[in-house]
Amino acid sequence: MIPPNYFLILSVILFVLGSVAFFVKKDLITMFMSIEIMLNAANLAFITLARSANSADGQIIVFFIITVAAAEAAVGLAIILLIFRQKKTIKSEDIKLMKG
Amino acid sequence: MTEIFWLIPFIPAASTLILAVFGKNLPKKYVSFQACFAVFASFVIAAISAVGLLQTAHASYPLVKNLFSWIQAGSFQANLSLMFDPLSAVMALVVSGVGFIIHVYSVGYMADDEGYTRYFTYLNLFTFSMLILVMGSNLVLMFVGWEGVGLCSYLLIGFWFEKHSAANAGKKAFIVNRIGDAGFLLGILFIFIHIGSAEFTAINQAISGGALSAGLATLIAILLFVGATGKSAQIPLYVWLPDAMEGPTPVSALIHAATMVTAGVYMVSRMNLLYTLSETAAQVVALVGALTAVYAATMALTQNDIKRVLAYSTISQIGYMFIGCGVGAYAAGMFHLYTHAFFKSLLFLAAGSVMHALSGEIDMKKMGGLRKYLPLTYPTFLIGAIAIAGVPFFSGFFSKDAILTKAFAQGQDSAFYYFIWGLGILGAVLTAFYMFRLIFVTFHGEERIDPEIKKHIHESPKIMTIPLVILAFFSVIAGYIGLPVVLGEKLNFFGKFLEPVIKEVHEVHLSLQTEWTLIAVASVVALLGIFIAYVFYIRSPMIPRNLAARFPTIYKLLFNKYYVDEIYNAVFVNPTVKGSEIIYDNFDLKVIDGAVNGTATATGFTGKILSYFQSGLIKDYALIFLLGVIIFLAYLLF
Repeated sequence: MIPPNYFLILSVILFVLGSVAFFVKKDLITMFMSIEIMLNAANLAFITLARSANSADGQIIVFFIITVAAAEAAVGLAIILLIFRQKKTIKSEDIKLMKG
Repeated sequence: MTEIFWLIPFIPAASTLILAVFGKNLPKKYVSFQACFAVFASFVIAAISAVGLLQTAHASYPLVKNLFSWIQAGSFQANLSLMFDPLSAVMALVVSGVGFIIHVYSVGYMADDEGYTRYFTYLNLFTFSMLILVMGSNLVLMFVGWEGVGLCSYLLIGFWFEKHSAANAGKKAFIVNRIGDAGFLLGILFIFIHIGSAEFTAINQAISGGALSAGLATLIAILLFVGATGKSAQIPLYVWLPDAMEGPTPVSALIHAATMVTAGVYMVSRMNLLYTLSETAAQVVALVGALTAVYAATMALTQNDIKRVLAYSTISQIGYMFIGCGVGAYAAGMFHLYTHAFFKSLLFLAAGSVMHALSGEIDMKKMGGLRKYLPLTYPTFLIGAIAIAGVPFFSGFFSKDAILTKAFAQGQDSAFYYFIWGLGILGAVLTAFYMFRLIFVTFHGEERIDPEIKKHIHESPKIMTIPLVILAFFSVIAGYIGLPVVLGEKLNFFGKFLEPVIKEVHEVHLSLQTEWTLIAVASVVALLGIFIAYVFYIRSPMIPRNLAARFPTIYKLLFNKYYVDEIYNAVFVNPTVKGSEIIYDNFDLKVIDGAVNGTATATGFTGKILSYFQSGLIKDYALIFLLGVIIFLAYLLF
C-alpha cells in the first residue's frame, strides 16, 4: 500500500502550484482553473486523512466541496462571460471597478 | 351639586383639544359657539358650586377632589387635585364670567381675522390654565397653571406674529416672567423642604402649628412675591405689560387686565397665613404695591396710546390690590381684584370698540370728539372711567376705599402704613386724572381724526356693544356686595364669604367718625382728579402744553417712562446679548463646532488611508487573504 504521506505531499504540491498559478497568470480563466486545482488539492488531503482515520466525515466534506465547486464553476464562468461582454477583456489588471 | 366643581377647568380644556385637532375643518360659526359655550358652561358650574358652597358648613372647607397621583418621587408627592373654597370660587367666577363676556366680544372683534380658530383655541387654553391656577389644591399644580397662563399670554401677545414688534413683545413678556418664576419656584421648593408638602391645607396647618421660623417665613414669602411681581407686573418686573398691548384688544382685557395679571394677588391671598407670619414680607408687599400704584400712574399721565394708558392703569390698580394684601386686608385686595376685573375689562373692550370704529387707530392725538359717533361706546367707557376713578356709588370706590381704610387703620400701629396710605391717596388723584384725560382727549374736544378714517367711522356691531353694556352694569353694581363697615358690619357679604379662608389678624378698629372722614377724603380726591383733568383738557387746554414746556425734563422723563426700558436694556439685556455673542463666537463656534468638525475630518482622513488597501485588483485581495491564512497557520503551529 502507498503510504498516506505521499498523497499528502502530492496534495501540498498541487496546492502550491495552484496558488502560484493564481498569482502569476493574468487571464481570469486560468486563474479560475488554478482555484479548481487548489480545491482538488484540498479534496485529496481530506480523502487521505479520512481513509487513514477510518472516518466518513472527510469523505462527506469532499462531496460538499465537489458540489460547491460545480456551482461555483457555473457562476464564476457566467461572471467572466459577462465581464468579457462588457469590457472586451478578461485580464485581471484591467478590472478594478471596486477601487477605493 | 357642589361635587362637580372639578369639571370647571376641564370643559374649556376639552374645547381646546377639539379646536386644536379639528379646528381647521370647522366652520367659523361653530368655533365661536363652542368656544363661548365651553366658558359659559364653566361659569354655570362655578355658580352652582359657589351657591352650594354657601350652604356647606365652614368646617368642611375646602372641598378637595383628588383626581390622581401625579408625581411621586421619594418623599415628594404631588396630586392632580382640585380644591374649591370661597377664594377659589371668587376667582373661578371672575375668570369664567368675565372670560365668557370677553369671548363673546371677541366673536365680533376678531370676525375678519385669518387666525380666528387659532385665537379661540388659545383663549380656551388660557381659561383652562387660569382655572387650574385658581383651583389647584397644591402649589405645584398652581405653578402648572401659572406657567400655562404665561404660555397663553406669550402666544396671544404674539398672535399677530408677522408683526415684528408683536413677536418681540411676546418674547419680552415670557422672559421677564421667567425671572419672577425662578423666585416662585425657589419659594415652592423651600416650602416643600421645610414643610414636606405642597398641599395648601397641609401648608396652612404647618404654619399655624409654628413649623416655620419668622426668618424662614420672610424668605419664602419674599421669594413667592418675586413670582407675583413678574406675573402681576409690579416694580421691578412690570416692563412687559405695556408692551403686551401688541396683542388683540380682547386679550389685553382678559389676560392683561382682568385675570392673569391678578394671579399674584390671588397667590398672596392664598398664602395669607405666611404673609401674616412675616411682618417684613407683608411690609415689602405693601411698599412695592404702593410705589407701583403711584409710579405706574405717573407714567400713564403722558402716554398717547390709548391701550398703553390702560396698561399702566392696570399696573397701578394691581399695586392697590397688593397694598390690600400687604396691610392684611386680603379680602379687600380680592374685592378690588373682583371689581377691577369688571371695569378694567370694560375699559379695554370699549377701547377696542374705539379702535374698531377708527380702523385700528390707537393714538389719542388722532381722536377727539368721538362722543357723537359712538353712542354706546362712550357712555360705557365713561362708566368704566368713573368706576376706576373711585367716584362714590360705583364699584371701584368701595373696593379702593376698603383697602385705603385698612391701610390707614394699620397706621395706628406703625407710621409706615400712613406713608402707604398717603401713596394710595396720591395714586387715586392720578388715576382719576389720567382716566379723565383719556375720556376728554378721546371723546370730547375738537376732532383730530384722519379724514380718510372718518369716512368709515361706525359704532361696533351688537355682539361687541352688548358685552360692553353688561360689563358697565356690573361696574356700577359689583361693589354693593362689599359695603364699607360704617354702613353696617353685616353688609360686607364679600368679606364674610371669604372669612373662612382669610383670617383677618390685625383687627384694628377705627372710630366711625374717622371712617366717614376717610370715605370723604377718598371721594374728594377722586373728584379733584376729575376736576383737574377737566380744567386741563376742556376748559383751558393750554395748561398741559405750558406745563410740558416749563418742565421739559419731567415731561420727557414721564413720556419716556423713566427710561426704565433703556436702563434695563443697558444693564441686563445688552450685557447678556453681548456675553452670549462672545460665548457663541469663542465657545460654540470654536470649541463645539471644532470638536464636531474635527471628528469628521479625522474620520475622513482615516478612511483615505484605508482606501489605499482597496485597490480593486483581485490579486491584491487574494494576496492579503493568503497572508492571513499563513499568519493564522503559523500561529496555530508554533
